[in-house]
Amino acid sequence: MSDKPKLERQAMCDRLAMEFQDEWIVNLGVGMPTLCSNYTDSSKEIIFHSENGVIGYGPLADEGKEDKHLVNAGGQNVTAVPGMAIVHHADSFALIRGGMVDVTVMGAYEVAENGDFANWRIPTRKGGGIGGAMDLAACAKRVFIAMEHTTREGSPRLLKKCNLPVTAPSAVKLLATDLGLFEIASEGFILKEYAPGWTLEEIQAETEAKLTLATDAKEFRFR
Amino acid sequence: MKNKIYDSFDQAVSDIPDGSTVMSPGFGQVGVPRNLLAALNRQGAKHLTAVSNNAGTLDDKIDIGTLIEAGQVKKMICAFTAPTHPSQVTPFVQMYNNDEIDAELVPQGTLAERMRAAAAGIGGFYTPTSVGTELAEGKEHREINGRMHVLEYPLPGDFALIRAWRADTFGNLQFRMAQRNFNPIMATAATVTIVEIEDKIVEVGELDPDHIHVPGVYVNRLIQIPSDGIFG
Repeated sequence: MSDKPKLERQAMCDRLAMEFQDEWIVNLGVGMPTLCSNYTDSSKEIIFHSENGVIGYGPLADEGKEDKHLVNAGGQNVTAVPGMAIVHHADSFALIRGGMVDVTVMGAYEVAENGDFANWRIPTRKGGGIGGAMDLAACAKRVFIAMEHTTREGSPRLLKKCNLPVTAPSAVKLLATDLGLFEIASEGFILKEYAPGWTLEEIQAETEAKLTLATDAKEFRFR
Repeated sequence: MKNKIYDSFDQAVSDIPDGSTVMSPGFGQVGVPRNLLAALNRQGAKHLTAVSNNAGTLDDKIDIGTLIEAGQVKKMICAFTAPTHPSQVTPFVQMYNNDEIDAELVPQGTLAERMRAAAAGIGGFYTPTSVGTELAEGKEHREINGRMHVLEYPLPGDFALIRAWRADTFGNLQFRMAQRNFNPIMATAATVTIVEIEDKIVEVGELDPDHIHVPGVYVNRLIQIPSDGIFG
């Protein structure tokens, strides 16, 4: 295993957020993906949707200025911005299933080269935590994943086939790990951008699935 | 007009029998009917089937987890049967691991839509959610417009415990911000709907009919949270 520095979580989420387009409706999963909202680009108007029915919320509220009735999917107090709308839970998921969400960004345990991913259940633990992940994964226009390239023990997470129960089949389009940015295409994982100092061979050594180097592969883009 | 106003939470939940299906909303600690849940905890009804987004949290606030810990819940229907982080070992997780409580795990959007179907008199619906996952196993599949869907059935409740912002005496309800979440769905999906009001109960006619989130015809009992009640 290489001991070269890996990418920070914020850099991974910034990179995914750079792909958001003007007027996109964006749903950020709990945990790491919420860091995507720290990336701002004044040339784009992004509408953040949270599955509890908040459409178009603003940044996290400053301490002491929280509205206790206004939270995002992670239960964090967010701010109201002009144009925000509130709906109930069934309408919020009607918006999701209806295909209005342009991208959902989620964390995952595993991603497979055919776009399958797993993020809701570990068979050694009883039960699972689905929340809105299956609805979002099945129905958002795009699924982006932010996750560490390997497990804490060093096992690969970019796999030929998921070992864990999947959240949705063939869903993932783009993946940022601490080693780079990957697209999923018919030939599997395409390495688009690599962490500074890392080579394809070194990243491949941390990956079970076969990586293909993009013809225009370059060093990872930071904000 | 029938008087729907109750003076005590205990009285408002006194007739909830053992074995009932009880819906209680809330998401991210907002819109949880904590006063009514506390009263149902004191009342002691058992063998309940509870429907909520999750099965309680680790903090000391009263939620469905309080009833689970007290052994009042036989089955939990929710979108999380494992915590989002393994360190969060709630009373539900402990009991579930020991097979002391039953659970049905439902994707959050399917959970909401199943309740809406029950409220709307719909016999079921097809959704693409969960297709290709183990949750779809054994469910009827159908290809519609070139896409595979699974059949999901309505989920009605016997009682809904609701937290709203404002009501009129007829039970027309308004919610504030993300307090709304599952509240309107559960209020309409249950046979008996009991509502705790956070701000105030006003006279009929004072709420704009164009700004009612749940019509009063769905609401059976109303109770104002007193100044010493639970507002969080």
